[in-house]
Amino acid sequence: MVVSAHEELEHGLARVLNAASITNLQRLSGGASRETWRFTADGEGYVLQRVRAGTVGGFQVEPKVLSAAHRAGVPVAELVVDGADRTELNSPFMIVRAVEGETIARKILRDDTFATARKVLTTQLGVAAAHLHQIDAASIPGLVADDQMNRYQTVLRDLGEPHPVFEATFRWLELNKPESTSACLVHGDYRLGNIMVNETGLGAILDWELAHIGDPMEDLGWLCVRAWRFGGAFPAAGLGAYDELFDAYASVTGVRPNPEVVRWWEILGTLKWGIICISQAATHLMGIARSHELAAIGRRVCENEYDLIELLAERTQ
Amino acid sequence: MTAPHDRPTATELLEALHEWMERDLLPGVNGRLQFHTRVAINMIDIVRRELELGPDQEARHQEVLSSFGMGDDAELAAAIRSGEFDSDLVDVLNRLRPVVEDKVRVANPRYLL
Repeated sequence: MVVSAHEELEHGLARVLNAASITNLQRLSGGASRETWRFTADGEGYVLQRVRAGTVGGFQVEPKVLSAAHRAGVPVAELVVDGADRTELNSPFMIVRAVEGETIARKILRDDTFATARKVLTTQLGVAAAHLHQIDAASIPGLVADDQMNRYQTVLRDLGEPHPVFEATFRWLELNKPESTSACLVHGDYRLGNIMVNETGLGAILDWELAHIGDPMEDLGWLCVRAWRFGGAFPAAGLGAYDELFDAYASVTGVRPNPEVVRWWEILGTLKWGIICISQAATHLMGIARSHELAAIGRRVCENEYDLIELLAERTQ
Repeated sequence: MTAPHDRPTATELLEALHEWMERDLLPGVNGRLQFHTRVAINMIDIVRRELELGPDQEARHQEVLSSFGMGDDAELAAAIRSGEFDSDLVDVLNRLRPVVEDKVRVANPRYLL
């Protein structure tokens, strides 16, 4: 009897969860290095993330971060199985409980369904960020520090496409570097698109794979980058004012974020997204993944150059 | 129209393609394919705008580079990276603004504030 890859995965999941039935198994998305699947086991909904065959990477840190965040009261999908070192599904994986809601930014920002959620989301994002930054990073084995400036400077140089605006921004950031507030657990991709929103507000913070040790203000700055406003009129996730975000954050930590420091991180975030746009197009151009969608992202680089000029000119006038 | 070619011009060909995709293709597709079709229509518009605006923009880009005493972006980028402009980075960014606005005018004109 020939067993399809689909059936093989169903059998594997049944063993892992000790479940009598696995149904509705469907592939959700295909990242470059991971697969995401949704399924039902004995009537309960779950999400599986699995390392794609033939790619490097794993789940050494993320499941630990997820459990720590859950214990700290941060809204996350509950970890069910940490499969970092398990072999039943052929490559490393993790399974979380499915969370209902919407992740598509444009729907969250515009659909009537989320009108109530929109009123509270900025505050909830400020509170959740504060809680996640209070997690003891030392309690998470394998979590490492990441120098974002250094990393993206190297990425830009390796890409070999000169961008004077980006170089000027790197120099400006270097010369105006703020004292680090503290070194703590940082989500690393804290933005609209990576959060699950339901009718009442924030359901869960997703996509913890870029979590690292860094400056907590990195997450707040990244949340406010213009690309992650998805056309929304306000800075925080396109929905809220800086003050609303900072007040919410301070309500947990007792310390109000310094707007200048958050702005520094927003500038670095804008630069970072600009560089990621170049590398997405390069993925197509170098033939790693031929895709007109990736190719088109190359023409979004200039949006970030434009935003950087707006940010820096506005700052110093 | 560019000799020796016949009409439709390059721009007119792209306009015809855009119209067909929007009118006949888009209504029949959903989900991921619909999104990818929209991306394709946007790409056609980028090329159309670049054909129209590109030549003037190229000249303006060269003027700005010359005002810095530089021949190309690579040279200017390297000079900035070396710290040569550290004392007036905001001025550098403001002088690059027309070039960047030109790029946005082709890639996504609605993005301009």
